[in-house]
Amino acid sequence: MIIRVGRFKMTSGEFTTIAALTILAAFMSLPLIFVVSHALKPIDELFLFPPRFIVRNPTLRNFQDLLIATYSLNVPFIRYIFNSVFVAFCTVLGGVLLASLGAYPLAKHNFPGRHAIFIVVIAALMFTPQVTAIPRYLVVYQLGIIDTYFALVLPNLAIPYALFLMKQFMEQIPAALIESAKIDGATEWTVFWRVVMPLVTPAWATLVIIIFVGTWNDIWAPLVFTRTESMRTLPIALQTLISQGSVARQGAYAAATFIMITPPVVLFTLVQRRVIATMAHSGIKA
Amino acid sequence: MAEVKSSGPGAEVTTQPRAVAEPKTGLQRLLAQYGVSYAFLLPYMIFFFAFLIIPVGVAIWLSFTYFNMLEPPRIIGWSNYRLLFLEDDIFVLSIRNTLFFAFITGPVSLTASFLLAWFINQIRVRTIYALAFYAPSLTSAIAMAVVWRIVFSGDRYGYMNYFLMRMGFIQEPFLWLIDQRTMLPVIMFVMLWMSMGNNFLVFLAGLQTVNTELYEAGKVDGIAHPLQEMWYITLPSMKPQMLFGVINAVVLMFSAGFEISLSLAGLPSPLYAAHMILSHLYDYAFIRFEMGYAAAIAVILFIITFGIGQGALRLLSTKDE
Repeated sequence: MIIRVGRFKMTSGEFTTIAALTILAAFMSLPLIFVVSHALKPIDELFLFPPRFIVRNPTLRNFQDLLIATYSLNVPFIRYIFNSVFVAFCTVLGGVLLASLGAYPLAKHNFPGRHAIFIVVIAALMFTPQVTAIPRYLVVYQLGIIDTYFALVLPNLAIPYALFLMKQFMEQIPAALIESAKIDGATEWTVFWRVVMPLVTPAWATLVIIIFVGTWNDIWAPLVFTRTESMRTLPIALQTLISQGSVARQGAYAAATFIMITPPVVLFTLVQRRVIATMAHSGIKA
Repeated sequence: MAEVKSSGPGAEVTTQPRAVAEPKTGLQRLLAQYGVSYAFLLPYMIFFFAFLIIPVGVAIWLSFTYFNMLEPPRIIGWSNYRLLFLEDDIFVLSIRNTLFFAFITGPVSLTASFLLAWFINQIRVRTIYALAFYAPSLTSAIAMAVVWRIVFSGDRYGYMNYFLMRMGFIQEPFLWLIDQRTMLPVIMFVMLWMSMGNNFLVFLAGLQTVNTELYEAGKVDGIAHPLQEMWYITLPSMKPQMLFGVINAVVLMFSAGFEISLSLAGLPSPLYAAHMILSHLYDYAFIRFEMGYAAAIAVILFIITFGIGQGALRLLSTKDE
């Protein structure tokens, strides 16, 4: 059976699939729509019972409150935002660089120990990162970097997941391309930057989003490695706002939630296509 | 931590040969030939070993000690483990909670991710649906608590109570986040909502790599229904993606559950009904600073996740194909 919707033609099976997926997608989007709408509510709508789903008189007042007033948080909210952005930026930069550098020989060189290293990386995919929390804490403590940005960045730079995806993607590069560059006199270093890295744009775009989201949402590192309020990141500030739970702060809380959730979603929409292209090579053949 | 000082490949050549008898020339040859490869790997490996591999070893050692950060660790044998399993009822409870949580949400999430990816792959407009299913996984559990606290609020105006009372399923508002029977299921529901993440994309991308000739061959062999096609052709050719997916799911289920539990039920949760292994670990390590005991908890968590990972590796092996 063929169904016509405007100028589109589709089979009845396709129509049912689309209808079902649309309902499910809409249902799953509700919580996110609520966050956006909630952040724009004026104070009287925030306390309306029963809670109103969609805002009627949207205002940016909550954001103003959040950024200007510090309430009982000891540091201005903008500091948490700065911390989160700065830590995420450094981790993404370092994480992508380390993973790309490490993935290149694993994918394209043949050297003793290559297989063993890859096995260890696969095994490390199965670690829950928190398992190493205590020794990591001791390492960070011994290095004397507790409560600094280093403590939030350095322990999170070696990401097995990132190395794995990058290596899988780099394996798709034809060896001939690398060989011809070498014949033209390019060193490994030039080959890496001029030939390999431009070809794996989808992979590093994927790593950027994955590492960014992981760092941006991480509560474990700031919880364990920081002590002073001025070193805390956004999720911790949010958790503090929740636990204080006072009436006056509801607007700021809603705005903070919005700020917390938007960047990952926006970033992902920008690189979605590339992420899917990268994931095509993510299978483990073992 | 001496290795952080980044002694380049050159430094090793001058110091190593004396320690090992024969390979003076061998090691030099190795470095001359493969030095570039090792140099590329070095930065990653330094951090990998310093913050992942060595800490696993240290955690195992610490689990056999008493260590409170003030005095040096003191070896006490198996006593942490004995205490955990025989005396610590809350730990046993946390294992039960975590396993219940992981063994339901893990498989459900994997199946749902695959089915959604499979359905999306059947239609032409994909981007918007992929975004709708993936976006929840990008959100922070802590931030989304603002929504879930309203949805599962214990008064009659919480969306869940309001809906169920309107439909006549319940007469009185239900305390979803306080009642010990519903706390964990609510956390599992939230987990499922935000778990169609990277696995969903892995499957979506994987479906596009399945060799289309197989489908045509299948048609010749009499495979008629799309569901048959999925079962006999798609699933077997996606074993590598499945393996990656299972490993991701294990790690996600054992770590993300803690965050949702923390944000919705608190630490400790009422009657420990939503207490996870990680809640227990965090409590002993960073609130009570009983590092030896907490390390034993970490080791048990490690054995569980690693064991499941190894099982998946066996089950989904493609070696003999």
